[in-house]
Amino acid sequence: MTDAPVGPAIQLTGVTKSFGDNEVLRGISLAVNPGDVVCLIGPSGSGKSTLLRCVNLLETPNSGEIVVNGTVVTDPEVDIDGFRRRVGLVFQHFNLFPHLTVLENCVVSQVKVLKRSRAEAVEVAERNLARVGLSDKAAARPAALSGGQQQRVAIARALSMDPELMLFDEPTSALDPETVGDVLAVMRELADAGMTMLVVTHEMGFAREVADRVVFMDGGVVVEEGPAAQVITAPQNPRTQEFLSRVLDPNHVGLDD
Amino acid sequence: MALTAAKRARLSRNIQYLILVAVVVLVASLANWGQIGHAFFNFGFVVEDSTFLPRLVQAFGNTLLYTALGFILGLAGGVFLALLKLSSVAPYRWISTLYIEVFRGLPALLVFIAFGYGIPTAFPGLRLDTYVTVMLALGLVSAAYIAETIRAGLQAVPAGQMEAARSLGMSHSRAMVTIVIPQALRIVLPPLTNEVILLTKDSSLIYLLGLTASQYELSKFGREALNGTDAGLTPLVVAGVCYLIITVPLSLLSRRFETKTARIKK
Repeated sequence: MTDAPVGPAIQLTGVTKSFGDNEVLRGISLAVNPGDVVCLIGPSGSGKSTLLRCVNLLETPNSGEIVVNGTVVTDPEVDIDGFRRRVGLVFQHFNLFPHLTVLENCVVSQVKVLKRSRAEAVEVAERNLARVGLSDKAAARPAALSGGQQQRVAIARALSMDPELMLFDEPTSALDPETVGDVLAVMRELADAGMTMLVVTHEMGFAREVADRVVFMDGGVVVEEGPAAQVITAPQNPRTQEFLSRVLDPNHVGLDD
Repeated sequence: MALTAAKRARLSRNIQYLILVAVVVLVASLANWGQIGHAFFNFGFVVEDSTFLPRLVQAFGNTLLYTALGFILGLAGGVFLALLKLSSVAPYRWISTLYIEVFRGLPALLVFIAFGYGIPTAFPGLRLDTYVTVMLALGLVSAAYIAETIRAGLQAVPAGQMEAARSLGMSHSRAMVTIVIPQALRIVLPPLTNEVILLTKDSSLIYLLGLTASQYELSKFGREALNGTDAGLTPLVVAGVCYLIITVPLSLLSRRFETKTARIKK
């Protein structure tokens, strides 16, 4: 329950969202416990990215309630900026700041938002760049890095704010295949360190091995959810079964459905 | 005999060169070089009239000064109008759009006449300093153009930049100042340099505001210098060269900004 002393890290209740006539979320209820990794899977257009962006209020839900670590995010009076600095968000297209160096990308919001001293901010940034294996790129511009490196910088940038939880919006979908592994390794290490994570992903191997729970969404509703091994290996719902067979074995999909 | 593709391309290129040479030769042979030299390149008076050079330098400086004054006000006004135009408050957007459409749609000449004759008529007691009037006239016109340039620059910064900044807890205005505007400025530098070039030329219109001799800028100076010499239109040629001395380096600068921005964006 939301008013319990130790409740879920993220609690969604009946969340709906429409863009014009397009109903993207049709009443989503979902809970993520502290320290858990939850993967959102589903076909494109199923609303999983919109759901993730609602948790951070980059999209405003039309109705329903979202509570993050006791803060009622959907309350119109909520301090949005104060709330967002506690939640890390990693985008599909990295969205690094191209006019700043890698180090400065990780420093700027610490100084401007958290009002840390520059020395402290640099120290935190360097620690997080080391954590994602990019200490040697601190002085580089984002444009000089590969996609996988940029995404790891984006993770270090989010971590530099010492977030209570991390949201990932298809973090490996825009990457060259050979750089996906580095990003997943960083995320796996974060999960092992006990970070609460909500991850929208198409990486079924990652979901199966790292996620505590997997949520399958289709058509703006949660179709099936449960332990990762169960949902991915032995899905109950026919829609989940069909989606997973297409994703896991794309060579043997019939054209007629 | 059939030509190969490479031979056809070479033949076509050679014909284009021939046409160019023919046109140049034709024009050159028809022109009266003696009269051209007398009317446009008759520099004797520069030596005869010892006041010419100092007055030219003063006019050159005035053109630079008027352009700078106009640009300062134009830039400030342009940024302000661009922010109004992107405001979430609808009436602000309307005001900005109205202003931009009116001042972009009117010839600068009309605006300057309105300033030169309209303001003294409308506010008989008001005596504006000449430099203030020049600044207002040039600045108010260029603000409309600069506003559109800056609005386009701000909108050219990908939406993901604002989202990333907000997701890190920055407020909207903090994200604008720290993340969006620095990137927009880089995008906007080349077109902004072009605005300065246009403004340099538009500054020739402020003779309409009524200037004293020491306030002449290059065009007015050139036309005044026509009187009292038998050098034909040579003073205008001198003024024209002075404009190019200002605008060509700006043009080169603008191109440098362009390649630099392209490199950062990769």
